[in-house]
Amino acid sequence: MVSERTRMEGLSIKQRFQETLKSVYFPFVAIVVSLLFGSVVILATSSTSPLTAYGHMLKGAFGSIAAFDSTLIKAIPLIFTALSFSLARRSGIINLGAEGQFMMGALAATAVGVATPNLPAIIHLPATLLAGFLGGALFGLITGVLKVKFGASELIITIMLNYIAKELISYFVNGPLMDSASSSYPQSAPMEPSARLYKFIPGLNVHTGLLIALAFIFLYYFFLWKTTAGFDMRVVGFNPSAGAYAGMSIGRSTILALFLAGGLAGLGGCIEIIAVQGRLMMTSFAVPYGFTGIAVALLGNLNPLGVLFSGILFGGLSAGALRMEVMTRDVSSSVAVVIQALIILFIAGRQMFAFKRRYRYRPSSEKRKGKTVVDDATEDESPTVQATAGEGE
Amino acid sequence: MRRRMNHRLFKRLQGKESDLMNEVVSFFSTTIRLAAPTLLAALGIVFSERAGIVNIGTEGMMLVGALAGVIGSYVTGSAWLGMLIAVFVTVLFSAIFAYFTVVVKADQTVIGTGMNLLASGLTITVNRALFGASTSPPEIDSFGIVAIPGLSSIPIIGPIFFNHHIIVYLTFILVPIAQFVMFRTNIGLKVRSVGENPKACDTVGIRVGLTRFLSILYSGVLAGMAGSFISMGMVSFFTEGMIAGGGFIALAAVVFGNYTPRGVMLSSLVFGASNSLMYRLQALATNIPSQFLLMIPYVITIISLCIVSRKSNKPLGSGKPYIKE
Repeated sequence: MVSERTRMEGLSIKQRFQETLKSVYFPFVAIVVSLLFGSVVILATSSTSPLTAYGHMLKGAFGSIAAFDSTLIKAIPLIFTALSFSLARRSGIINLGAEGQFMMGALAATAVGVATPNLPAIIHLPATLLAGFLGGALFGLITGVLKVKFGASELIITIMLNYIAKELISYFVNGPLMDSASSSYPQSAPMEPSARLYKFIPGLNVHTGLLIALAFIFLYYFFLWKTTAGFDMRVVGFNPSAGAYAGMSIGRSTILALFLAGGLAGLGGCIEIIAVQGRLMMTSFAVPYGFTGIAVALLGNLNPLGVLFSGILFGGLSAGALRMEVMTRDVSSSVAVVIQALIILFIAGRQMFAFKRRYRYRPSSEKRKGKTVVDDATEDESPTVQATAGEGE
Repeated sequence: MRRRMNHRLFKRLQGKESDLMNEVVSFFSTTIRLAAPTLLAALGIVFSERAGIVNIGTEGMMLVGALAGVIGSYVTGSAWLGMLIAVFVTVLFSAIFAYFTVVVKADQTVIGTGMNLLASGLTITVNRALFGASTSPPEIDSFGIVAIPGLSSIPIIGPIFFNHHIIVYLTFILVPIAQFVMFRTNIGLKVRSVGENPKACDTVGIRVGLTRFLSILYSGVLAGMAGSFISMGMVSFFTEGMIAGGGFIALAAVVFGNYTPRGVMLSSLVFGASNSLMYRLQALATNIPSQFLLMIPYVITIISLCIVSRKSNKPLGSGKPYIKE
């Protein structure tokens, strides 16, 4: 794992093994426990056995090439919203606005994608992608500026902006962007062929958005761990006063983080429209990609590769949930939302699954008392602090 | 001739005037009615916020309360029993939030978001299992309007203040009580100091965890009432995601109201007025697109947060889990 490597430096083989085990142990336990609770919900609300339901889910997610294909397609937007949450979280901000930023990216991309026919794809496609990024980024920027200028908490602002984005979409698909050819239905015109993403593997439906997602996973890693701006961001996120003491501007870091986080979510929305949906509709946002992205980011421990794997897992969860609903007829696909929510709870509260903690800190160690407290309080950030320390040397 | 014209003009003006009067009365009456659920939920949040808990999961708690109320009312045939069941279920639900934030000491915002997602998934699943996805909503008993005899017949004042659901009266009666409890009693002092300086509280023997846990449960009680009032008073059915940000607006009302029950009442009224204004403008059929009118409450919420955030009574220990050393 890319970011694990920095963390592992200076550890013995046994410690490395323990660290790796720990990074797999908590997500694994969280998933298993969430599935257990999910099966209680299935038992309570349907007459299907949870094992049958989960069987269909697994088949629909990873059971065949076609299933894995649809899993990947569902994973792409989740990877973007997860990167959005991760980037902001790494710089100390909780971005609950990926939902709205996703929508605004889709909206801006649609405006560019339908407005200019007869453009060569080499210009039109990048312009559409850029519009998607900027649409989300500017929406994120609003939050950043309000937070820095007025000290308003980003939590409620981002959530309010989500509702505003929804109304904006509704306005545009009922008004300026409404398809004139079929004016009775609130949807935009189809995207121009020059602004769309296509399949690139024969026989599969997965589109080139997957490559863009992989590129942005790498960019996320490169930006945070290999550039000064990214380093500043992580320091400010981990310890604002230390960052300020070292001469870093907290305000600038916050605004940049929300701009980029918004852009990532916006790009996800853009790709979802130009590659999958083909046109903007109110129903384009039936799946809460923004909030699910939070679960993906947390399960992936805000790490690039972690986000990739948990993105695919959650893509499988939603693809599988659809098949589960169709096959069982009485298990609602919303059970997947319950499972995702439970994963958030159990990952955030993973200390409850930690056992034998005392053995890690020998009672004879002089630092024991202080260490325990720090570890408890900053369980989330512990990879960051070690990575930071490693690079500082 | 001229006198007759004057008379006619006078009649017409009088008609306009009473139209305007009706508009004003209905605006203020709607404001109070729409402020009530926000205020009710916010009166719970204000205690948990003072105890140092950022309760972003209120939205989900209200959603659970809304569905539980409808189910309760459907099963028992009484809106009051429905609300009782809603409160019971919501308290259980908020206990999950309390367990994760107070006992496990996990990140409050993340857990709150998880709770909202959980509520959304659970209510959709249960609602579909019980009532089906697309059929018409079941007939349930809901809260009716109770005009207070005597007072409600006072012109203007009567229809604005004394012609509401009984929950609306209860909500506003609760404000001075909450204000008294928070600033004049031992309980309020404990809650406030636990949020301000948990370590000092622990030193003098106040049980920080227990106080925080109970204030979350209390906010769950009121969120359950508020949610079930929305599904059984404002309307009489449940739809998926029907709270539509009401819980977050209640949270914003607490911040805007500067963490006191009285302030929360004023900010809830501001949000109620913005909702009421939206309905008025919609009814007037202006050529402003309805979507922009629907944004008004959300925009006002954002503006209000920007106004107050610099000088606030926000507790020092807010959002941080207390870890005993």
